[in-house]
This record gives sequence, C-alpha cells and structure tokens, in this order.
Amino acid sequence: MKRFFQRAIKDIADNRFLTAVTVATIAVSILIASAFALFFMNAGDVLTMWQKGIRMMVYLKPDTSEAARLDTQFKLQAIGGVQEVVFVSRQDAMARLKEQMQRHLALLENLKENPLPDAFELTLKSDTRSSAELRLLSERIATLPAVAEVEYGRQWIERFTSVIQLFSLAGYAIGALFFMATVFVVANTIRLVLYSRREEIEIMRLVGATDRFIKIPFYLQGLLQGAAGTILGLGTLLAGYLSLISHFKTGIASGALQLRFFPPATCAAVVLGGALIGWLGCWVSLKQFLK
Amino acid sequence: MTETTSDTIIRMFHVHKRYGAKSALKDLTLDIFKNEFLFVTGRSGAGKTTLLKLLYLGEPVSEGQILVDGLNLSRIERKGIPALRRLFGIIFQDYKLIPTKTVYENIALVLEAAGRKPSMIPKKVKSVLRTVGMEDRANAYPPMLSGGEQQRVAVARAAAGDPKIILADEPTGSLDEEAAGVILSYLDTFHARGATVIVATHDKSLLRRPNARIIQLRDGQQWSSDSSQSGDAP
Ligand SMILES: Nc1ncnc2c1ncn2[C@@H]1O[C@H](COP(=O)(O)OP(=O)(O)OP(=O)(O)O)[C@@H](O)[C@H]1O
Ligand SMILES: [Mg+2]
Repeated sequence: MKRFFQRAIKDIADNRFLTAVTVATIAVSILIASAFALFFMNAGDVLTMWQKGIRMMVYLKPDTSEAARLDTQFKLQAIGGVQEVVFVSRQDAMARLKEQMQRHLALLENLKENPLPDAFELTLKSDTRSSAELRLLSERIATLPAVAEVEYGRQWIERFTSVIQLFSLAGYAIGALFFMATVFVVANTIRLVLYSRREEIEIMRLVGATDRFIKIPFYLQGLLQGAAGTILGLGTLLAGYLSLISHFKTGIASGALQLRFFPPATCAAVVLGGALIGWLGCWVSLKQFLK
Repeated sequence: MTETTSDTIIRMFHVHKRYGAKSALKDLTLDIFKNEFLFVTGRSGAGKTTLLKLLYLGEPVSEGQILVDGLNLSRIERKGIPALRRLFGIIFQDYKLIPTKTVYENIALVLEAAGRKPSMIPKKVKSVLRTVGMEDRANAYPPMLSGGEQQRVAVARAAAGDPKIILADEPTGSLDEEAAGVILSYLDTFHARGATVIVATHDKSLLRRPNARIIQLRDGQQWSSDSSQSGDAP
C-alpha cells in the first residue's frame, strides 16, 4: 500500500497543474454548496427558536369590564394549546414600551393619554407550532366577545417557513448539481492524466501488471484530491464565517442571534464525501478508459 | 529435431491469424520445447511479430489452439491475462520503455507488478542491470540512452521477473554487428539459466549458432524448420 501511495504522490507531483485545477474546482463547489447548507442550518435554528418561544398577544376592546376580562381570561386558559395566560394592563404595556424606547422617550411623553389597549399575553404549548395550527387558534380566540385583535406575527412566520422550505428544496437540488458537476470535473482531469499516460499504461499491461495494480494509484489520487479540495473549501467557508461573526459581535448586539458553524462530525462527513467524489470521478473515467 | 523427448512449453495447433481480410498467419502447427533456443525468421511482413503476439495474448487467434505452459489460451479470461504475461519476458521491436521513468524504475515496475517483496526489488534490479552492463545508468531516462543501450535495458527488463520464456522481437534490429553480438550473448546467459528463448529476426547473420532451431515463415506459413549446425545457415 505504501508503494501505491508513493506512486499516487508522484503522479500528483508530475501533474501539478491538473491537480491544482481539480482541487480548486472541488474547493469552489464545496464552498458554494456548504455556504448554502450553513445558511440553511442557521435559518432553521432561528425558526425553531422563534417557534419555541412563540407568544400570542390578545388585545381587548377598549372599555372592557373587569368581569368580561376575567371571563375572557378563563376561556383562554381553557383553550387547548395554550400554556399560560398573563394579563398585561395598558399601564404595564406603556411601561414596557418606554423601557424599550428609552432613546425616544420624548415622543411618548408628548402623548396626552395612553393609546395602548389591555391585553393578554399567551405562551403556547410547544406542540402548537405549525402556522396552520397557529392560525386556527388565533381565529378561535378572535371570536371571543371582548377580543379586539389577535397578533402573533403570523405573516412573518408563514413567510419565513415557506422561504426555509424553498431553501431546503433548492439546497438539495444545488447540492445534487454540485455533486455531479464535481464528479464530472474530477473524471475529466483523471481522464486527461490517463490520456497523457496511455503509453505507460499499455506498457504496464504488456509486462503483466493487473488492472488493480494500474488503477489503485489513480483511485488514491482521486481520493486525495477530493479530500484536499473539500478541506480547502470548508476552510475558506470557516474563515468567512469567523470574519462575519466578528463583524456581528461589534455591530449588533449578538445575544439574540446565536450563529454556529457545522459541528466537527459534519465537517468530517463532508470531507469524506469530498473524498468519495474524487473516488467516483476516478471510477467514471477508469471505466471508460480501461474498458 | 533432436529434442523429441523434451517436454514442450508451447504448442500451437493449426493456428490462423487474420487482420480483417488479410491473413497474417496460416495454419501454423508448432511445438516449442523447454529451454529451447528458437529463431523465427522470414522477411518483413512474414508474420514473425504476429506469432509472438499470439503467444502472450497481445492479439487473439482467429482459429486454432495455443497452449502455453499447460494453459489453453482460448480459455484465459481478461483477468487471467496478467498472469499469462508474467510467464514471459518480452523484448519488443520498439523497446517499449517508459520514457518518463528511469531505467531503474522501468525494471522495478515489472517486479512490483508481479507482487515481489519490496525489500528484494532493488537487489534484483541491480543484478539484472549488472548482467547487461548498465548498472551505472540506472538513473538515466530511456530517451537519454543510445539505441543499443535501450536495447540492453529492454533485455534486462525482460529477464528481471525470471520468466520461463523470453520473447525477443528483432532484438538487434538497429544495432551494429558488435552490439548485436552483445545482446545475443545476454540472451545466451538467460538461456543458460534455464529460460526458453524465442527470437524473431530477419537478420540471417544471427542464425549462425550451435544448438538453435530455426523456423522460417513466408507469407504467414511455415516454410522450413531445422536445427542449425555451426556455420551451415543459409
Ligand atoms: N494490427 C494489424 N492490423 C492489420 N494488419 C496487421 C497488423 N499487424 C500486422 N499486420 C499485417 O500482418 C502481416 C504480418 O505482420 P508482422 O508484423 O507479423 O510481420 P513481421 O514478420 O513481424 O514483419 P517485420 O519483419 O517487418 O517486423 C503484415 O502483412 C502486416 O501488414
Ligand atoms: Mg515484426
């Protein structure tokens, strides 16, 4: 095996330019595909986080009596899917608003009276998540007599969900496309190498070399190129990610948005996948070349 | 024929070889004996190279049967071909040395391909290179060598795997008489070590040798066969 490795390394050294082109192409493909996957993964994180902590605001009509309010609270608590009901009075709401808008307090101070309605803040059970369920729930709550409006950022969730779904679809398609394109590129470089060395291969066969003996160094070459290209691509992505993160940290308050890179196991799997791409490319061209 | 009692190593029965409509060999029946030194002669286009190619399955026969060391070539599948070829050491008409590998690597390759123990390969390569007087050119690339030197490397490579049979196609083709004599003496050396040697040549001066059998081809047919005695070759 050591000898096969030596031969593969020598082949790579003898074909430096072709090898560099192949590795670079694999790196670019992996970079684009994994950038997509990374974005998708983080967007998915945001969505789940959002859905986990989802709250629904139930605004009451103005001049709702205390009895009607208590009645509404009671009914809300009885609805399936609702975890917790907290009353937020208009005064509380104004206090919250002032806290959030400290810089623009002057604006609020000018108000003659408090325009905010009384409201209930609902925490939902964790199994009530899909946008369809949320809509059903909000429609049901809206029929209660004292309720003026129900709000939970419905459109935002629906849009975000459908975008994520679109991305995941596009992600798979793009992934498959890049996979095939990369296999094709590797197959082509190996074919060029084979072609430039067809005389040598023919001589090897004439002196009794088995197909296996001839092929193994090419396979090793494909595996090494695939792995090297993947490491390069992922490395570039990681570098880009880290610089993005440091920008985020200084720019916006980072607490809300927890970005993460692929876990090490995923990186290892991707490198293996890259090696597999190299192997496959080799297989394709050897199959054609050695009939 | 004086060696009727010897074992045969190659047997050909009514062998025909056609390239398209062109017949290169016609109805050739021939036994070749272990440790024989055989010349196949005839003018250009007579079918000498074709005969050698059929033996190592460089080309399939069109008709007839060939046995090599007990193997029926018509029964050998693709994956059995390398093992067949390792029975032979072949000196090709155009040498077929790999130009991008050194003399040493060209020879070591044969041994690696045959699965020899890596630890013994350097010794073996040096030893065959010494036999043909090329040990000091081990690191040269074939294009840097003269025709005669390349021919000697080709002989060394053919002998490196200790083959049972050495096939030599015009081994002295482009050499002067002296260099040709040197190559022939190397073939004698390997013959003396027990190999069967088959030489295809149209160079009649080579045929003046004791204890060698000569078969002559003409238009793909066997014309004559006789054991040459010293000095009575045509
Ligand atoms: N691959 C091929 N395709 C078609 N015809 C061929 C092929 N190889 C050989 N021939 C023909 O078969 C005949 C025998 O050729 P072969 O090479 O065996 O001759 P030879 O005796 O070795 O000649 P030379 O002394 O010139 O080497 C020739 O007429 C040649 O044209
Ligand atoms: Mg010939």
